[in-house]
Amino acid sequence: MKVHEYQAKSLLARYGVAVPRGEVTDSPAEAREIAHRLGGRCVVKAQIHAGGRGKGGGVKLAKDPEEAYSLAKSILGMTLVTPQTGPAGRAVRKVLIEEALDIDREMYLGVTLDRGRGLPAMMVSKFGGMEIEEVAARDPKAIVREVLDPGLGMFPFQARKLAFALGLAGESFKSGVGFMQSLFRAYVETDASLAEINPLLVTKQGGVLALDAKMNFDDNALFRHADIKEMRDLGEEDPLEVEASKFGLNYIKLDGNVGCMVNGAGLAMATMDLVKLAGGEPANFLDVGGGATEEQVKNAFRIILSDKNVKAILINIFGGIMRCDIIARGVVAAVQEMGLATPVIVRLEGTNVDLAKKILRESNLKITPADGLADAARKAVKAVEAMR
Amino acid sequence: MSIWVGKETRLLVQGLTGREGTFHTLACREYGTRVVAGVTPGKGGTTHEGIPVFNTVAEAVATTGANASMIVVPPPFAADAIVEAADARVAVIACITEGVPTNDMVRVKAFLAEVNAASGPVRLIGPNCPGIITPGECKIGIMPGRIHTPGTIGVISRSGTLTYEAVDQLTHLGLGQSTVIGIGGDPVNGTSFIDCLQAFRDDPGTEAVVLIGEIGGMAEEEAACYVAGNFKKPVVAFIAGQTAPPGRRMGHAGAIIAGGRGTAADKITALEAAGIAVVASPADIGMKMKEVLGRN
Repeated sequence: MKVHEYQAKSLLARYGVAVPRGEVTDSPAEAREIAHRLGGRCVVKAQIHAGGRGKGGGVKLAKDPEEAYSLAKSILGMTLVTPQTGPAGRAVRKVLIEEALDIDREMYLGVTLDRGRGLPAMMVSKFGGMEIEEVAARDPKAIVREVLDPGLGMFPFQARKLAFALGLAGESFKSGVGFMQSLFRAYVETDASLAEINPLLVTKQGGVLALDAKMNFDDNALFRHADIKEMRDLGEEDPLEVEASKFGLNYIKLDGNVGCMVNGAGLAMATMDLVKLAGGEPANFLDVGGGATEEQVKNAFRIILSDKNVKAILINIFGGIMRCDIIARGVVAAVQEMGLATPVIVRLEGTNVDLAKKILRESNLKITPADGLADAARKAVKAVEAMR
Repeated sequence: MSIWVGKETRLLVQGLTGREGTFHTLACREYGTRVVAGVTPGKGGTTHEGIPVFNTVAEAVATTGANASMIVVPPPFAADAIVEAADARVAVIACITEGVPTNDMVRVKAFLAEVNAASGPVRLIGPNCPGIITPGECKIGIMPGRIHTPGTIGVISRSGTLTYEAVDQLTHLGLGQSTVIGIGGDPVNGTSFIDCLQAFRDDPGTEAVVLIGEIGGMAEEEAACYVAGNFKKPVVAFIAGQTAPPGRRMGHAGAIIAGGRGTAADKITALEAAGIAVVASPADIGMKMKEVLGRN
């Protein structure tokens, strides 16, 4: 799960990670008041889940509360297009008003899982403001990393190693070491999957602060973080994906026109690949899971169909635990309820497959059966072409 | 022949008395697995479907000689269940549970390393996996037993249903399986592709291996590296997620292409460089294996 910058910073502050003073608002008038409280000069930052906000014109410096008011007014409600939002952009509904600081240097600091080691690792680089992937591609030696054990925490020597690598000295060295240890504690205790401070700011006074903060959280651990779960902003997510998640369906919208309904994540990905191999483009990833009910199947069908790009639906089920007859009943119920203009291609294999085929046959609905994976994909792509 | 589980396996089930636990345990027993115990704290001393239930894994092991465990408890309790089984030195622990927090798995891995350094050996399979099956002998997990047939092809996979797909193709083409292992779709798991390849290399009953990977992480690249230097038996591979968009979690927590790494294209290149036959379509896994073995 992703959160906004202002939410990440409020969480980090709880763990003693230094962040600039600031407040979030959705009103220009309030932005003016906040700017006043911060002493006038401030930064107005659009709050959306995508990065690259500065490049899109979503981060502006205000010299006084009046300018904060006018900047907030222009940024709130704007559709911000950044390299990460795609051409459609995102509507800005909140701005963070933050104190403007005297910047000495900007650097990079991030914590994420090192999958190879099965442990978290902290990475630093002197190149603040640049995507870490870009730094890795250009100059891998510019990134210094330290693998950490959440059970033991981050030892001071580990933080010192990274602080030296960043060239910190004197007051900023001391602040930097503390900053890293606090950040790691926050990462572990909030079950984050990513805590990225980019840029990490060193002020002329030797302070070390998170100028920006991006945190992602492990969805599997949200059950023990009710406060973080509440930070979820449905407005930042695809409405169909939000709808799907209500029914426990794993749905991701894509750009193609062959709707896919599959059981199991691996098979769902493989089905998308098959569609592509057959010359088509998948409209979505959808995993109905191992123990889907008739109701879930019905909803899955409805969600796929509410994507207007969908020209054909490919249902690919290998019923291990999943009973094929449940899928068949769900499909029939959905089609009867919604009417059906879209061709449906069904490939069923596994538990109760004969009963399922009988249900589909007796429904008298126009459903095309397929034999095997490749046949199903071919038929689905053909159906799309026939619609043109 | 087979690896890790077989006729000698004596299975205990952590989470036996739950609805899912009961359903899958009975399917395992029906397949022929010797299910000797269940563990549900607080229900020790009772029996469930004719299976004696114990309060602790240690007690179950001491009484019944169980040497493998299937874990089917809800995600918040999975890490604790794995550690309890490892502490009791259960040799093979298959954690089926999906949705275990990554941080829990990080701690579990540290504990397993300690146990294995001290005495061991214990092996965790999963979590978030279908389990492990040696066809005709022992099924530990939620895979449909009937699609498997005994034979000489080892199968290793990060996915569940996609594994069934591959096994089904092999069976239909007359290619039986030695052992089929789902290593799970999570970013931190117990058994790696390489662990499985090492065991298959040393197993005279395994003639060739099917490896099913997916986007995210570097496990397939590492496996390719291992095969190039150490593995002489034929390998057929498929990588799911060739069309997946970057940065999105495709069902499995581990299936994210992050920062341009872990793409299907990278993995396929690495596997092919190691001399592995990679199929573009998951429908061709069985046929390719037949071809590689010269059984056309």
